[in-house]
Amino acid sequence: MNRLATAPLRSASRFAAVMMKELRQLRRDRLTFGMVIGVPLLQLLLFGYAINLDVRNLPTAVADQSNSYYSRQLVRQLGQSQITRISHRATTPQELLTLIRDGSVAVGILIPADYERRLLDQRRGAVQVLLDGSDPTVVAAVGQLATMPLARTSAAVAAEPLFAVQPLYNPEQRTAVNIVPGLLGVILTLTMILFTAVAIVRERERGNLELLINTPVSTLELMIGKVVPYIGIGLIQVLVILVFGQWLFAVPIRGAVLDLYLAAMVFIAANLALGLLISTLARSQFQAMQMTFFIMLPSILLSGFMFPFSAMPAPAQWIGNALPNTHFVNIARGIMLREAGLADLAGEMLALAAITVVAITLAALRFSRRLD
Amino acid sequence: MRPAESELAIQARGLGKRFGHVTAVSDLDLDVPKACIYGFLGPNGSGKSTTIRMLCGLLLPSTGRAQVLGMPVPEEAARLKPRIGYMTQRFSLYDDLTVAENVDFIARIYGMPRRQARQRSAELIERYHLAAQRAQLAGTLSGGQKQRLALACAVLHEPELLLLDEPTSAVDPRNRRDFWSSLFDLVQGGTTILVSTHYMDEAERCHRLAILDRGVKVADGTTPDLKRNMPYHVVTVAAGEPRSVKARLELEDAIASVTQLGLSLRVLVEPWETDPIALVTRLTDDPAASVAAAETSLEDVFVAATPGERQRAA
Repeated sequence: MNRLATAPLRSASRFAAVMMKELRQLRRDRLTFGMVIGVPLLQLLLFGYAINLDVRNLPTAVADQSNSYYSRQLVRQLGQSQITRISHRATTPQELLTLIRDGSVAVGILIPADYERRLLDQRRGAVQVLLDGSDPTVVAAVGQLATMPLARTSAAVAAEPLFAVQPLYNPEQRTAVNIVPGLLGVILTLTMILFTAVAIVRERERGNLELLINTPVSTLELMIGKVVPYIGIGLIQVLVILVFGQWLFAVPIRGAVLDLYLAAMVFIAANLALGLLISTLARSQFQAMQMTFFIMLPSILLSGFMFPFSAMPAPAQWIGNALPNTHFVNIARGIMLREAGLADLAGEMLALAAITVVAITLAALRFSRRLD
Repeated sequence: MRPAESELAIQARGLGKRFGHVTAVSDLDLDVPKACIYGFLGPNGSGKSTTIRMLCGLLLPSTGRAQVLGMPVPEEAARLKPRIGYMTQRFSLYDDLTVAENVDFIARIYGMPRRQARQRSAELIERYHLAAQRAQLAGTLSGGQKQRLALACAVLHEPELLLLDEPTSAVDPRNRRDFWSSLFDLVQGGTTILVSTHYMDEAERCHRLAILDRGVKVADGTTPDLKRNMPYHVVTVAAGEPRSVKARLELEDAIASVTQLGLSLRVLVEPWETDPIALVTRLTDDPAASVAAAETSLEDVFVAATPGERQRAA
């Protein structure tokens, strides 16, 4: 018998066996099966109504076409306003739009070439503010700029508002438009991590693992075989959220649906890998669930799902960046609301892939084929 | 006579395992010949499971070394796995899969192509009388059925060595008899079986036996050898008041152990006592009692080899 030639075949057979077994068990587990559809629906309804908070230090791009004494003074004052933080410089309105679309900035300020003349013209706005209006909290905050006594010291006092604020992407300022794409990430994080976190612990608790590690099944065959069926389940959940998001809350999908699904797949893989890692760390299903919630909470609070990411202090942002949800919230909002493509969001995709690889490597290293 | 090395399925020297401060197994030497049933007899906590787990690479020995089927463990444990079948003490198949699904899963895990796996599963389900339960969830099987299913899965890939950790602990006597007859079938086919048990009648059926007590091997050999080499005299006493007689006997130095079996007592007398019958008759002090010499049983061997607290303290 030629062992070498048949080795990949045997490996495929073992992998398929684990996968088939997992699907069969899942089919009989009514509670888990119910979670596949029930959790996304319930959460969608619950979170459909959301939260507004004060915003600070929004990353802002300025295109100063006037480049005059007054315009430079305005830019300086904008920087001091604490609402905006000038992070990018641009020259044209198109550049401002690009920066907003790829998520680099939340606000774009266009100071036109005839700024000084407009300052004196009381019937027209002097400065145009473009912003990512899909986030109502951001729009609300930037709205404050218009009422601030900015630049009034500089020239003739304008009776009309200095800024003409133009919210892009979510002109009606509906919260659901911003919440639903983020919810996609939160729900997938919860269900995917929870499913896999208990996956290996459960086998250990029930004694199945003692038998399994005495068979030729390899660590990787076991882990990947257990996880792959859940990718399909995750994609079903994406479908549920998108359909009901559009139906109940009229949340648009402006970008390519295929892009969204591709991103979701990488995101699901990252969560499953994290779940497996938990599974190798926890000693009981209860511990696994506790650890899942340890990841869950920052995934809701620090990911930008609830509070604008850019407004958080740096350490919170570091933690947020280590969580898959932070990157996926950006991707989902980018594709669904700002019509961004995967190319615009390559950095976020790369981050998700990196988290997946690191987590699965750690999990494989942690997984012991012994009992002591 | 010790078998030649190439005839050994398992050879261990100085094998030991500590968990923190607790020594589970210490300095264990083992020679298990091929194509025989080798028994581990010992009470709970005597190190039977720990030893079996060390032999299949599930636990790392703290001391000593072992060769299983000619390969050193734990170094070669991965390459050994396809050649070993292991039946855990606790039922370790999937409760939420049916009998057929479980067997099929194990077949595919051992890398059998789909068609061969199906054929082999059908064959084993038939052989182990599970045909009527094919589509039943394993979690709802009776103790005997679960055990047959576990055995079917353990022998599915035709292993050369079968490790059975207290396989009959949850099974009634009739099922136990059937189970042992299937073990003899396997040995007939050349399989080596290492089985742990705390039942005397099961130990009696093994070709060779090691008696373990608190992690130490206190005796080993074939069952007739063990009986022949047991040093104590065996005396039975049938008396009206066995409990008071037992109390009197236990005070005497020459009496090693007294076990009550219903109305009679089984007495082990020190080997240096020249006339054990006379001694026991005198101590019994009851003209109605009948005192007689008896054949050594495996239980006597076990009792002699695993001294209780009284002798240990002395």
